[in-house]
Amino acid sequence: MKPILEVSDLHVTFRSEHHEVKAIRGVDFTIHEGEVVAFVGESGSGKSVTFQSIMRLLPQPPANIDKGTILYNGRDITKISETEMQKIRGKEIAMIFQDPMTSLNPTIRVGKQIAESLMKHQKVTYQEAKDRAVELLKMVGIPSPSERVNQYPHQFSGGMRQRAMIAMALACSPKLLIADEPTTALDVTIQAQIIDLLKDLQTDTGSSIVFITHDLGVVAEIADRVAVMYAGKIVETGTLDEIFYNPRHPYTWGLLASMPRLDQTRDQDLASIPGSPPSLVNPPVGCPFTARCPYAMKICQEQMPETTKASDSHQVACWLQHPDSPKVENPIVSRR
Amino acid sequence: MVKYTLKRFGLMLLTLFIITTVTFFLVRMLPGTPLANEEKLPAEIREQILQQYGLKDPLYIQYFKFMGHLVQGDLGMSLSQNGRSVNELLSDRIGPSAIIGFQGILIGIVIGLLLGIAAALKRGTWVDSLASATAVFGVSIPNFVLAGLLSYWIGVKFGWLPPALWGGYEYTILPSLSLSVYVIAQVSRYIRTEMVEVLDQDYIRTAKAKGLAWRKIITGHALRNAMIPAVTVLGPLTVNILTGSLVVENIFGVPGIGNLFVESIMVNDYTTVLGTTIFYSILFLGVTFIVDVLYGVIDPRIRISGAKE
Repeated sequence: MKPILEVSDLHVTFRSEHHEVKAIRGVDFTIHEGEVVAFVGESGSGKSVTFQSIMRLLPQPPANIDKGTILYNGRDITKISETEMQKIRGKEIAMIFQDPMTSLNPTIRVGKQIAESLMKHQKVTYQEAKDRAVELLKMVGIPSPSERVNQYPHQFSGGMRQRAMIAMALACSPKLLIADEPTTALDVTIQAQIIDLLKDLQTDTGSSIVFITHDLGVVAEIADRVAVMYAGKIVETGTLDEIFYNPRHPYTWGLLASMPRLDQTRDQDLASIPGSPPSLVNPPVGCPFTARCPYAMKICQEQMPETTKASDSHQVACWLQHPDSPKVENPIVSRR
Repeated sequence: MVKYTLKRFGLMLLTLFIITTVTFFLVRMLPGTPLANEEKLPAEIREQILQQYGLKDPLYIQYFKFMGHLVQGDLGMSLSQNGRSVNELLSDRIGPSAIIGFQGILIGIVIGLLLGIAAALKRGTWVDSLASATAVFGVSIPNFVLAGLLSYWIGVKFGWLPPALWGGYEYTILPSLSLSVYVIAQVSRYIRTEMVEVLDQDYIRTAKAKGLAWRKIITGHALRNAMIPAVTVLGPLTVNILTGSLVVENIFGVPGIGNLFVESIMVNDYTTVLGTTIFYSILFLGVTFIVDVLYGVIDPRIRISGAKE
């Protein structure tokens, strides 16, 4: 598979007069053509910031890419002009956002919001773009699209709005679709519909999808590969099976253990990871998970672990992987 | 929506009725009579004039007569300008007032918008500081001071534009500018605040993610949403233009309604004072009514929820 997006050593910092927040602290990953990669991690781990800085959507200042390269189809897009970047946004890489209630402009008809992208990138007339918008709305499963196209976002339900957002993102058949928690603001039955829709569209169009979420249930549904982020770093990455059935990082164990299960009885408490992530104003020198890790050793505090390979596709940044470390078994019972 | 509009309209009429009634009795409490300056007139001629204008009748009779004519759109005869009706006077004077008022609002809105947008986009830079300085300046300097300064410096000292009076187009510029400064200040302040808020919204990020150019995002996505709350100030701004015109028209000697109003108060021309007040009230009530309707035009959410009721 051909790589479509290669990110290496990405550092993003938010600077204000009083302090700096080192939100992304050296992230490396590759997205290949036609694959679905899930980025998981708790709030503030840097999932959204990573992709918003790739798309250059963060206001600069305060945000700034301090270091790193972002290769899109082999071309470093950190070096290109804003005008060049506009040709990539929406056309090559498109994005769906978390809250469909606020992500659509309330005073512009849905059809026009979809048509805008087409008019910008494909140089079509408004009428052509609008006809295409009707087709797109139909494709994402919105009933009576030719009427809906002339309606305003507030006339759509939450799920419908997210469908419209997806239609908007897919308008120019992007090669990479970044879905930033697209189901978080929706209720569960709608979530399933949206995920099915994205899966179907992915099969039809063959575009790559980055799926940002903290819902591991969603990940299991859709992803080929998973990257687990914590405190501005990717701590573990692997195929879906590797992450779910052979996780290596204690944080991944914690995340998996925190998933509610159907066989749990009422009096069992929901599992959680005690503590909270470190402040990124003064990030720890060692492994950021040390303070919350039940297996933490002295070295964890002093030095950031190297990334080690568990297999060709499976990488972990944890001192437990070191040959001299005590052997710790994955405490979660993995079942297929 | 229809019910709401009708109710609004009824309230408008009631307001107008109250304003008219109160003003009718208030002007009668002014010291002096319409004939104050003609005291040298022989007694019988005075009597005759008062009789002719119906000023000898008991006050309540005069009131009912006046209201009776008003319903038919007749504002009565002017007491100071021989043989001319107030309707005539108003229509003679409306031209100059309309020109400077309209130009004042237009200049104010255009410059205010540009300044407000620039300030929001360049937050924290010198542009922003300049805009807020302008806003403070515009709100705090009374327009009689400003009008005087403009007339003196640009009109007399530099001689670029006529300092006063009424002639060709160049005579309209200084009065319009004097009226526009307050509008510039208010509009730019409102637009700046709203723009800053709107630019932070998720849908702006969505627009950016589509690859739209920044200019297109501002004009196509941000401005309209920022303008919704700013429409509210149109009402108070109109009032300001109206009251401002009283002063400005007198300083520049513009033969407008503001000028007429002041003149008629000074000579106790009861009917003209009343007529002008009614004219101003209708204008103001009309603008607030239009602003309410405009809300619905700019923001489809208001239009629709109104229609469902």
